[in-house]
Amino acid sequence: MRVLHYLALIWLVLLASLTFSAPWLPLASFEEMDFFNEAQFPNESNWLGTDGMGRDMLSRVVHGAQVSLAVAIASPLIGLLVGGGLGLLAGYFRGWLEQLALVIMDTMLAFPALIFALLAVTYLGPSLVNVILVMGVLSIPAFARVVRGQVLLIVNLEYVTAAKALGVNHSQILMRHVIPNIFPAVASFFLTVMATMVVAEGALGFLGLSVPPPQPSWGSMIAEGREYLEDAPHISVIPSMAIFLTLLSLNLIKEKQET
Amino acid sequence: MMWTGWAQRALRLTVVLFLVLLLTQAMTLLVPGDLAVMILGENASLEALAQLRKELALDQPLLDRFLQWLGAALEGDLGVSLQTGQPVAQLIAERFLVSFELMLYATGLALILALLVSVLAVSRVGTWLDRFCSFMALGLISIPGFSLGLFLILFFALMLGWFPATGYRLWSEGVVAHLSSLFLPALALALVEAPVYFRILRTDMGETLKRPFVMTARAKGVSKWGVLIRHVLRPSLVTLITVIGLNVGHLVGGAVIIETLFALPGMGRLLVGAVYAKDLFLVQGIVLVVALVYIIVNMLVDALYLVLYPQARGVERQR
Repeated sequence: MRVLHYLALIWLVLLASLTFSAPWLPLASFEEMDFFNEAQFPNESNWLGTDGMGRDMLSRVVHGAQVSLAVAIASPLIGLLVGGGLGLLAGYFRGWLEQLALVIMDTMLAFPALIFALLAVTYLGPSLVNVILVMGVLSIPAFARVVRGQVLLIVNLEYVTAAKALGVNHSQILMRHVIPNIFPAVASFFLTVMATMVVAEGALGFLGLSVPPPQPSWGSMIAEGREYLEDAPHISVIPSMAIFLTLLSLNLIKEKQET
Repeated sequence: MMWTGWAQRALRLTVVLFLVLLLTQAMTLLVPGDLAVMILGENASLEALAQLRKELALDQPLLDRFLQWLGAALEGDLGVSLQTGQPVAQLIAERFLVSFELMLYATGLALILALLVSVLAVSRVGTWLDRFCSFMALGLISIPGFSLGLFLILFFALMLGWFPATGYRLWSEGVVAHLSSLFLPALALALVEAPVYFRILRTDMGETLKRPFVMTARAKGVSKWGVLIRHVLRPSLVTLITVIGLNVGHLVGGAVIIETLFALPGMGRLLVGAVYAKDLFLVQGIVLVVALVYIIVNMLVDALYLVLYPQARGVERQR
C-alpha cells in the first residue's frame, strides 16, 4: 500500500509541474485544428492522439489540468477562509453568532449544489474566475460545519481553560491553542473538498458551463468525445483517466493522512 | 415526546425550503446588467423587452416579486415557461416520474450492491478480501458519475450491445424495453452511491462485531451468517437509512448529468434546458419540486428512524 501512496504523490506532483510549466513546454497548440488529422489514436506525433477536430490531446489534457487544479486549490481556499473563519468564531464564542451561522449554513446545504452552480455560473457568465468563486461559495458551509465541530471538541479542554484563566487574550488562544489542534482534521477535509471540486468542475464542464472554449477543461473534453465514442473512445477516456487518477491520488493521500 | 422533535425538524425544514426558494429568486441579482436583455439577447426589440419585464414583474422589488410567485405557487400556479408558454406545472409533471423512477431504481441497486459486498467483507474481516473490497470502493469513489456513465455506455452498449446506449422507452413499449432503457443510467448513479454506503456499513459493522453480544450469540449456537445479518447488519441499517435520506440531494445533482448523458426525458434535463434558456419560472418550479422531494424524503426518513429505533426518542439525532 505504501507504494500506492508514493505513486499518488508522484502523479499529483507531475500534474502540478506540467500545469505550471505548460507555457514553456514543447506542446502542440491546444486550439489549433487539423481537419486532415481528426480523431487519431495515440501515435508518434500526437502521443495521446487527437480529438474530433484534430487538436492535440496531450496538450489539451495538460491545459485542462490548469482549470481543474486552479478550481481544486482556489475554491477550497475561499471555503476555508470564509467558512472556516465563521466556524471558528461560531464554535469559540457560541451564542447568537453561532445560531445565525447555523441557519445560513443549513440553507446553503439544503440548496441542491449542482443547481446552485448551474444557475450562478449561467447568471454570472462562464469564466474561470466565476467558476472558482461559485465553487468556493459552495464549499463555505461544509468548512464552517467541520471547523465548528472540531473547535467544539477542544474548546473545553483543560489547556484552553487554563490559558483563559491565565488571562491570555482570545486571539492568542485561537492562534496558539485552537488552530494548531484542529489543523490535522481540517487539512484532511481540505483534501476531500479538493476531490469534490475536481468532480464538480468536471460536471460543469461536461454541461458546457465551465471555462469558455477554446480553453479546454477535462469535463468539456469528455462531453466532446461522446460523439466519437464508438470509433475513437480515447477522446473521452483519456480525460476521464486524468480525473480518475487525480481523484484516486487525493483519496489515497487523505486515507494515509487520517491513519 | 418522540414526535415533538420530529415536528420541530419538519418546521425547520419548511423554513429552509422557504429560504431556498427566496435564494433561487435572489440569484437573478447576480446577472450583470439587465435581466430582460440577458434572456432575450442583445437584439431583442424594445416592445419584446417591455413585454418580458411586465411578465416577470421586473419593475417591482425582489421580495414583492417573490411573494407574488409564492402566493400563486401555493394555489398550484407555477407560471408559464418563457420558452414554450406551457404551464410550468404541466412541464414538470410530464418529467417528474422518469426522474423519480430513476432515483428509486438507482437507490435500490446501490443498496443491493452495498449490502452484499459489505456483508461479504465483514464475514472475512481483516483478510485480503476485506481489504480488496475497501480498495475497490475507494477506486469507485474516485470515478465521477459522468465518466462512469460513459464507461458503461462504452462497455455494455457499444462493445457488448446488451443495453441501449441512450434513449428512453415508455412502459407501454414493454416492461423489458423500459427497464433496460433505464438500467445503465440507474447503474451509473448506483455505482456512485454504493461505495459511500459500503464504507459506512463496513465501518459500522466492524465496530458492532467487537461488541460482546456478538460473541454471546455465536456461543449460543447462532450460525455465522445468522449473526452477521441479524445482529451485526440490522443495527447498522439505522445509520444507513439516515445517510440515504441525505443523499437524495446528491442523487438529484447526479441525475442532471446522467439524464443529459443518457438523453432521458427527466427533470434533470428539463432543468439544464431551462438554465441554458434562462427560463426563470421553469427553473424556480424545478427547484421547488426538488427541494420539496428532498424535504419529504428526509421527514419520512426521520419518522422511519423513530419507528425503527424508539431509543432515539428525546435524543437529538447526530449527523
